[in-house]
Amino acid sequence: MILRSMIAALAVMASAPALALDVFATVPEWGALARELGGGDVEVYTATTALQNVHHIQARPSLIAKYRQADLVIATGADLESGWLPALAEKGNNPRVQPGAPGFFEAFRHVKMLEVPEVLDRSMGDVHPYGNPHIQTSAPNILAIAGPLAERLAQLDPEHAAGYRARAAEFEKKWRAALARWEAQAKPLAGVPVVSTHRDSSYLYAWLGLKEVATLEPKPGIPPSVGHLEKVLEGLKKQPARMVLRAAYQDDKPARWLAERVHIPVVELPFSVGGAKGADDLFGYFDVTIERLLQGAGGTK
Amino acid sequence: MIQHPVFSVAAGIVLLCATSMAAAQSSARSFNPKTSLILQGTYADYSSEAEPAVSGVLLGPETEPRPAGFSLAETELVIEANVDDQFHGWATVALENEDGETAVAVEEAYINTLALPAGFALKFGRFFSELGYQNHVHAHGWDFVDLPLAYRALLAGQVNDDGAQLRWVAPTDLFFEVGVEALRGAQFPGGGDAGDGSNAGVAFVHLGGDIGESHAWRVGLSHLATEVDNRLTGEDTPTAFTGDSDVSVLDFVYKWAPDGNPSQRNFVLTLEMMGRREKGTLTFDPEGTPVASAYEGDQQGSYLQGIYKFMPRWRVGLRLERLRSDNTVANNPGGEFDALLDESYDPGRASVMLDFSNSEFSRLRLQFTRDATRPDDEKDNEVFVQYVMSLGPHPAHQF
Repeated sequence: MILRSMIAALAVMASAPALALDVFATVPEWGALARELGGGDVEVYTATTALQNVHHIQARPSLIAKYRQADLVIATGADLESGWLPALAEKGNNPRVQPGAPGFFEAFRHVKMLEVPEVLDRSMGDVHPYGNPHIQTSAPNILAIAGPLAERLAQLDPEHAAGYRARAAEFEKKWRAALARWEAQAKPLAGVPVVSTHRDSSYLYAWLGLKEVATLEPKPGIPPSVGHLEKVLEGLKKQPARMVLRAAYQDDKPARWLAERVHIPVVELPFSVGGAKGADDLFGYFDVTIERLLQGAGGTK
Repeated sequence: MIQHPVFSVAAGIVLLCATSMAAAQSSARSFNPKTSLILQGTYADYSSEAEPAVSGVLLGPETEPRPAGFSLAETELVIEANVDDQFHGWATVALENEDGETAVAVEEAYINTLALPAGFALKFGRFFSELGYQNHVHAHGWDFVDLPLAYRALLAGQVNDDGAQLRWVAPTDLFFEVGVEALRGAQFPGGGDAGDGSNAGVAFVHLGGDIGESHAWRVGLSHLATEVDNRLTGEDTPTAFTGDSDVSVLDFVYKWAPDGNPSQRNFVLTLEMMGRREKGTLTFDPEGTPVASAYEGDQQGSYLQGIYKFMPRWRVGLRLERLRSDNTVANNPGGEFDALLDESYDPGRASVMLDFSNSEFSRLRLQFTRDATRPDDEKDNEVFVQYVMSLGPHPAHQF
């Protein structure tokens, strides 16, 4: 039976023509970007959803099976996926997408990294030696990555290179228009003090001028404890915040606990494509993010 | 920095120091090779002082329970890196306490290919076999302080042997992996070293996938066949076995995490059923006044365990185990082989545990085990407190 399924699988492999480039995106934002740039020339599989903590994904058999078939892996890099991507590489037996191969694309290499630590010490939590890896929270970063990604698609699939480049140009035009709109809408957010759950929105704050006055996690990756929350509460008396932010995948209890005590709203951010109603693509993701931030800043709950 | 991991033990320790110094000096943006040191220890309490024997089997080497009281468990040094664009190297060196002395063991030292075509990969060196499910899990990744009874009784721990493994992953959405291993066969349930140094073989098949966003599963079937030459068991008066030993394992793992996000809550169910058949000759007291007998062993061990993470950082677990045997010994004049023939009851154990992980790098565990494996219906209540801490970039775990 085993032999027969092996033969059947080999036959499928031999007969299936490469219709489209198989793209394996580690996170929804790169899956969405690959769809924008690849159109019908790519078949995109997204390994995680916005409801999952991408630091802690298990190298499930289904992911190994998809990795095995990929022509291109798009990862954030900077150790964001270091808990599971190496396990996929070890078990997935796919030299096309091994780190270093043309089929391996790391987005972080194309943006300016924030919070690159001077000293590495785990007592500071799960710090990333390359800097904060949550680069997708800033819309200008998406644009910085789109160009190199389109070039990579063109390199891997030269037959459709013109298509990738044309879609990249179109995307850039639309994205620049959207950027102007978002930045205009977000003007009232400049200087607004906020509390984050995990230090995952630094790029968003740097882009729009929000000010992080505290995080609910005592150290990155260490879940909030009551003791730390009390301290945050104390700190907020001196340095008030206008809202508590949490990403769709995070536990909402710590954020609610704090928000109830200081009477500010909890704002749930999609964090990626698919993380909220309306955040169905990259444009929607930022539309919803800014809309909710504005609601939170305006609210006096 | 260091380009080539050197796997001699002394060099490993020097390497560790060198790497940590280098890490402190540079900004260490690239941990290459990745180095981690795993520190573990236990406090154990046993209600029974009887010899740790198990009815129906002759226990292999290093199968004693953890020492009573405070004790350091294996200190593991793990070094891994890509050798070049074709090869990945991995070494686990364990420092452990053996009879009051520190012993050094190369647990794993293997090379894995990175770029074989068509879904193939080759691993060679010393590695944990893909036999069963828990066999390839490092001690720091175990869900309980100790290995399941089936592993202890039928494999004398985990099978990590010298050899080569070839495996293939199908290009299908359903995960399908097959592999074969050719092994030296010097490790239990193999034994002796008199053969041609290639006395054991393993074949395995794995199937797996997701059901919706929240459920994942894997099922595996594997078989180990080994020729045994003069395998010694027992402490004071040894018993030697020569013949064939075959182990088959059916394993099943199911994981649940709401929306596929295991960070807040998750549940893992593991079932393994292991059967060992042995056929050959037993010799009691091979160096004194030997008594020999034809022997056919048929032993089956299984466990079912569930681990539930009920809130961030906290998990509870339950493990239920059973062992049964049906052995035939042709010649037993003075009761030399009585331990194998004791079928008065089936050995079993039940364990519960609670563990707390401050971060993914630290874990503290409390475990209680009701052990009924010894002959004569001797029960043992066992309490363990354990810590497992890892320094450095924690290597990614398999599913």
